[in-house]
Amino acid sequence: MSALQVYVEGIGLWSAALADFEALKAQERGESVAPTPAKPAAATLPANERRRAPESVLLAVEVAGQAVAMSGRAAADLPCVFSSVYGDQLISDYMCTTLAQAPTELSPTRFHNSVHNAPAGYWTIATGCHAPSSAITAGHASFGAGLLEAATLCATEQQPVLLVCSDIAGHGPLGEMTGSQASFGCALVLSPQPGERSLCRLELTLEPHAGPMLHPAPRTGAWQEANPAASAAWPLMQNLARGDGECTLAAAETLALRIVMETAA
Amino acid sequence: MPVPIQPLAVSAYTVTSALGHGLESHVAALSATRGGLRPNDFSSAPLACWIGRVEGVEDAALPAAHAVWECRNNRLAWLGLRQDRFLERALDVRQRYGAARVALVLGTSTASIGATEEAYRRLDDEGHMPPDLRRPLIHAPHSLAGFVAEALGLEGPCLTVSTACSSSAKVFASAERLIRLGLADAAVVGGVDTLCDSVLFGFNALELVSPEPCRPFDQARRGISIGEAAGFALLERTGMAPHAPRLLGYGESSDAHHMSTPHPEGLGAELALRDALARAGLHADQVDYINLHGTASLKNDEVEAALVTRAFPTTTRASSTKGFTGHTLGAAGILEAAFALQAIEHGLVPANLGCTMPDAACGPQFAWDVEQRGVDVAVSNSFGFGGNNACLAFGRAPA
Repeated sequence: MSALQVYVEGIGLWSAALADFEALKAQERGESVAPTPAKPAAATLPANERRRAPESVLLAVEVAGQAVAMSGRAAADLPCVFSSVYGDQLISDYMCTTLAQAPTELSPTRFHNSVHNAPAGYWTIATGCHAPSSAITAGHASFGAGLLEAATLCATEQQPVLLVCSDIAGHGPLGEMTGSQASFGCALVLSPQPGERSLCRLELTLEPHAGPMLHPAPRTGAWQEANPAASAAWPLMQNLARGDGECTLAAAETLALRIVMETAA
Repeated sequence: MPVPIQPLAVSAYTVTSALGHGLESHVAALSATRGGLRPNDFSSAPLACWIGRVEGVEDAALPAAHAVWECRNNRLAWLGLRQDRFLERALDVRQRYGAARVALVLGTSTASIGATEEAYRRLDDEGHMPPDLRRPLIHAPHSLAGFVAEALGLEGPCLTVSTACSSSAKVFASAERLIRLGLADAAVVGGVDTLCDSVLFGFNALELVSPEPCRPFDQARRGISIGEAAGFALLERTGMAPHAPRLLGYGESSDAHHMSTPHPEGLGAELALRDALARAGLHADQVDYINLHGTASLKNDEVEAALVTRAFPTTTRASSTKGFTGHTLGAAGILEAAFALQAIEHGLVPANLGCTMPDAACGPQFAWDVEQRGVDVAVSNSFGFGGNNACLAFGRAPA
């Protein structure tokens, strides 16, 4: 099967332990890393929007902003794909609780913030981006499927694309179902051509009927296992921090996405 | 401007909505200008409004092998898949190309949140979900595509698009890209959204729900009527189905304006339309029919009517079918894509049901009553919260 090639120009990352991609690289070098602020800064948003925006939006906008800044691209020009396994679980928990008790008291703002494309909406509004924006999910394959969606957009349109994958921690009865106990987000700016800002090249190949290979590994207790987006994206994020490597992620239930990384010379 | 794409064959399609199960009931209802809205008999607490409810969803139990996916949204998906022989057609495509060569891209705005709502109404004394609903798969937004992938046995790229009311229009774009790059040979696309408290009380909180049946483009329109629907389509290269209608193009854009209000000049909507026409290699005067987003919200209809007036000649016919089905949210893209395809197949331009006194912004393009006329090219608009816009262009296969 033919491979897709994309060039990474920017990387964003946020978790309770790592404030950005530089922190991950430092951690990979064995250095100590400063603790992150309790809440993502999401500096791309205007102050009033930042106050109104739910946590899922702050997280996605934070990592998107980091990746775009590193790429040197103008956010307004970039088509974007926002991927999330669960969307805003805290709003879902609030809405289901309110609907069960006093449905007519539902908050209109929380309702419009509950759409899966709320991060894409806030991001495009804040950056004046009129390019196509999407919000997708693919269960525990959401990172791999998002990468595939962003890479196909990049290759067919022949233009750079922003990919964001993020999930917040859950709460309440819904949180018991999602098992997401920590917030994590990552973002990549992908370009179809090599350029001055290229950090590396990714060669993506689909490997079908890979069900057994994609079954989750036994739990190790590592922090990234507490978040579905983190556990899915982690092999690639580690390779990006180290500067080389190959990994295989889930792009669907039985479809593997093999990612061979080459650092631009 | 984007470059034109190679058209794709829409080799099979089906829809199920308040108008009935499958295409025939939809053609019959549109031909007779018979709407499907009824007084709200769905929400868990009273809410005075009209809804587009699908008959028989509750009875469409999933096969035992897929019981882990049981919820109202997946029941509607299962009901929808079994109309117009779509299930057989999809399985045939899987057989022909191989399970890993068929992509699945489905749109939904709320997926099976209705099941999560129900679980919260039935929490046990310790505040946990009841045992029968402790199924993590249905409490995730990928529930619909996860179920359909399993039911059809598909193993290719599998994606849920959830961009509110443009969701199941954008699926055509994602699928076209996968096929163009050779990552899939065919795609099952579509979408399903079911009635649930979240959308009924959510839109009510935003004061966007009409107390009477919705009246798209009427001067006295008072908001939307919420509906539910399931729809699916099969996309393949045209050589495989030379006589099937075609996906000619698609356009996608962002308003960059407001989370729940469209851009006042329709900037994003027009970008999506121009993008779709450019990809289809069409001029506006080649468009015979445009199925409008036309939700009957004050703002959408004003902005969209102005767009029709400035973008299309008087020979193009335009109407909203929301008065028939209600606004089916994440399923509106596929439902109205089917109406565009039926306009081509049957020469059927549906009436803009519900409007008696047109808004002053409406031009001569509007089809207030049903019309029989040749339609070679039909376009469908879908706009969503967050300023997310999509436009699809379909055409007749060349003779």
